[in-house]
Amino acid sequence: MGLTPSYVTRRILLFLLIVWAAASINFFVPRFAPGDPIAAIIVRMETQGGRVDNPKALIAEYRRTFGLDKPLYTQYLVYLRNLSHFELGPSIVFFPTSVIDLIAARLPWTVGLLLTSLLISFAGGSILGALMIWPRSAHKFRFIAPVTMVLAAIPYYLMALLLLWLLAFTFSVFPIFGSGRIASNLVGLERVGEILYFSILPSLSMVITSVGLWAVTMRGIMVTTLGEDFLALAEAKGLPAARIFIWYGVRNALLPQVTGLAIAMGQMITGAVIVEILFSYPGVGSLLFNAIRTNDFPVIQGITFLLVVSAAGAVLLLDLLYPRLDPRIRYEAA
Amino acid sequence: MKPPRSMNTISGVGQNTISAARVFPRVLRASSGAALRSWPMTIGSSIIGLLVVAGWVGPSILGSEAIQLGASGFAEKASREHFLGTDTFGRDIFVFVFHAIVPTLTIGVIAGGAATAAGVVLGVVSGYVRGPADTLIRTAADIAITIPSLAVLIVIAAYVRTTSIEMMALVVALFAWPWATRVIRAQTLSLREKQFISVARLSGYNGIEIALKQILPNLLPYVMSAFAGTVNAGILAAVGLQVLGLGPVDTPSLGLMLDESFRAGALIRGFWWWWLPPTLILAFLFIGVFLLTVGLDEIANPRLRTRVDR
Repeated sequence: MGLTPSYVTRRILLFLLIVWAAASINFFVPRFAPGDPIAAIIVRMETQGGRVDNPKALIAEYRRTFGLDKPLYTQYLVYLRNLSHFELGPSIVFFPTSVIDLIAARLPWTVGLLLTSLLISFAGGSILGALMIWPRSAHKFRFIAPVTMVLAAIPYYLMALLLLWLLAFTFSVFPIFGSGRIASNLVGLERVGEILYFSILPSLSMVITSVGLWAVTMRGIMVTTLGEDFLALAEAKGLPAARIFIWYGVRNALLPQVTGLAIAMGQMITGAVIVEILFSYPGVGSLLFNAIRTNDFPVIQGITFLLVVSAAGAVLLLDLLYPRLDPRIRYEAA
Repeated sequence: MKPPRSMNTISGVGQNTISAARVFPRVLRASSGAALRSWPMTIGSSIIGLLVVAGWVGPSILGSEAIQLGASGFAEKASREHFLGTDTFGRDIFVFVFHAIVPTLTIGVIAGGAATAAGVVLGVVSGYVRGPADTLIRTAADIAITIPSLAVLIVIAAYVRTTSIEMMALVVALFAWPWATRVIRAQTLSLREKQFISVARLSGYNGIEIALKQILPNLLPYVMSAFAGTVNAGILAAVGLQVLGLGPVDTPSLGLMLDESFRAGALIRGFWWWWLPPTLILAFLFIGVFLLTVGLDEIANPRLRTRVDR
């Protein structure tokens, strides 16, 4: 078995180290940056028409509520303890709703949209990439290579803009804004249809720009796989071409691709922030964007922490699963 | 005493690694055959060259009167006076685009330069010196790669409002260095086992001399490819932050054009001539840098070439 106890401990330690580093950045950057969130609240209260007679007492009260009156190291320790219990505290703007509740309401939307897009582009791109380099595939696949490469270079948010303009604005095939409302009076299948209708465009922009990436990496791995001796043997045995392609070529080339998939899964929430904003999709990304604009620090910290934990968690999971997927991998004690 | 002739090859051509200055053209000559034959390299460098020239020459020909606030009518469609129309601030978009190219490229070059420089130093130290320094640098790079950079960049940019192009570039560079470090470290590791390094060591060179005179010149193709890659990542991250409204607002840049047009609701109001030109130029730029990276990678890593060798 490839997994040694020392290897597993090292991976878990690294995971904890990553989470701790990110949590610390999250803690210290806001505290050393200019600007006072509490003063901002008072200003907002006043501009919203309220008169604050005793701002000093109110500021002190808020500071106590958010624990800002204690020395920095106490705040840091309390912060780390709370984080380890996933207690992120209340949001400032949506006070007193907790950050966890806010995120939990949005998370299924983001994960649903992104996981679907990611799996579609992973499957499509891998098959395309494999066909591009397969000596016996039709010539048209070779011409797809430059096209997918070019599309992969364009950032997804620029693609989203172009699609939005072409398909929603000019030709009105898809809705422009308000894509996917959390509340809707439709139920059952109609509701599913509605969500799909609103999700196609954002999903399409991500699929188009990432299919090429998967295709390019798959093609690179296939080049090496196709040069292996066992492929020559399979051909010498006279196995059918389709069988060689799928079971000898794609199957072996797919393993390194899975590494990429796990990393992409971990980072996918981050990837969609801008798309969610462009399409006003009710996911974690637009929650983050609004939190930035309203200086809602607990929400910003909560979401970025979630992003880091999911990314690091995906890598950890991959490291632990990979030896099971590929028996050739062995981890020796260093 | 003269160091021995190098046994190392980058693309099958033996080279003398006496000094970086003398080796530089040789490395290029050795790899230029492959470079010129690959179409990504040719098209990529043409695109970048075209943009650099346009960004450099354009503003001095067009002047900057037309991009002052209220210089012309507001949100006008394309006309003979304004080839691409004007924005809601009364600025000529055609002229603005030319002014925006160089600052956008500057962000990429500063971010990529800083990240690559850090990557070369850390990568060579990590790969050549090994030991605790290697463990430390490798762990730090692993951590920085795993953390989703956009998430942390958003936090940093949201708190420390990036007020200048240079500051923006440095913030972005904070997350571009690990990739460069990894590439350089891996190459240094394989280089240090080469015979010519042992020969140099036996000839009485010290570690720093070997690193500078023997290893560094042979890393050149990888450094160039890492630079192109980090420039690409830098512009990508910077424009992403600008689209979120977290970029510097005092210098014209392509990302700022997008940010301003979104804020003005150009998308819903149908002012497509405002956001479409920067979008297309950015797409063009990304394709150019990407092709250049692909071309350089093919030189640096012959295994990436797209033909099956059997």
